[in-house]
Amino acid sequence: MTDEEHDLSCRELIDFIADYLDGALSPGPRRAFEEHLAICPDCVSYLDGYRETIRLGAAAFSEPSELEEVPEDLVHAVLSARRSGG
Amino acid sequence: MPDAEPELLARLRAGEETAYEELVRRQTGRLLAVARRVLRSEEDARDAVQDAFLQAFRKLEGFEGESSLSTWLHRIVVNACLMRLRTRRRKPEQSIDELLPSFHDDGHRVDPGPPWRPPGPDPVEEKELRERVRSGIDSLPEIYRTAILLRDIEGLESGEAARLLGIQTEAFKMRVHRGRQALRGLLEPLLAESSP
Repeated sequence: MTDEEHDLSCRELIDFIADYLDGALSPGPRRAFEEHLAICPDCVSYLDGYRETIRLGAAAFSEPSELEEVPEDLVHAVLSARRSGG
Repeated sequence: MPDAEPELLARLRAGEETAYEELVRRQTGRLLAVARRVLRSEEDARDAVQDAFLQAFRKLEGFEGESSLSTWLHRIVVNACLMRLRTRRRKPEQSIDELLPSFHDDGHRVDPGPPWRPPGPDPVEEKELRERVRSGIDSLPEIYRTAILLRDIEGLESGEAARLLGIQTEAFKMRVHRGRQALRGLLEPLLAESSP
């Protein structure tokens, strides 16, 4: 998006959602983005769902039990390979 | 770098066997979890972790402490996994177009649907939702699945992830965005307010 402001369509807003959430939109486009959100409940809803999708994706793979398991055979394989010059 | 690490690093560079064992035991669980997520094969994941450790051991002299050892190892194992993905034969991928939003000529969304309800506090519902999200991510075409894993789950910056994949940063960002949109499309029937 250039810094020239214009009224965004819903299609354009959705194209820029990722940059908006990353804080990567410059002031003009960010203002246009937020002005559109102020008048478009459908886009507010889409943005909320998009944000929630990112959150759910990260949460889905954060099981602490996975991190605690240390297979002994793998530990031995790594250390053995190191000793034999791997 | 965390406080205890300079000492561990010095012991590793001095060739202390106990230091290597300490590092491997401390890091294997986490690195294996990363590799399993990316590769979805226990055997490939274990091989990638072993490769990653051996690469790290060879590169120890050049490690300057610009990040923690954990972060450095994380990067190495992600790269080891991506190298393995590149050698896999690609299956023909299904299109995600039907999961993406469509638009009228005036730029408004077709069938916007109701807002999403927040997930409930019930642990059973939470576990089921987690499984559905995982399964949704796993069902995406590989390029979008990998993009979401690298950006949203492994937390890599777009530039770094793009470099590891050998593509332009903007191309990577587009894959992430389309992957997220497709995942949102998969989750909508579960989470939209009118759903049971």
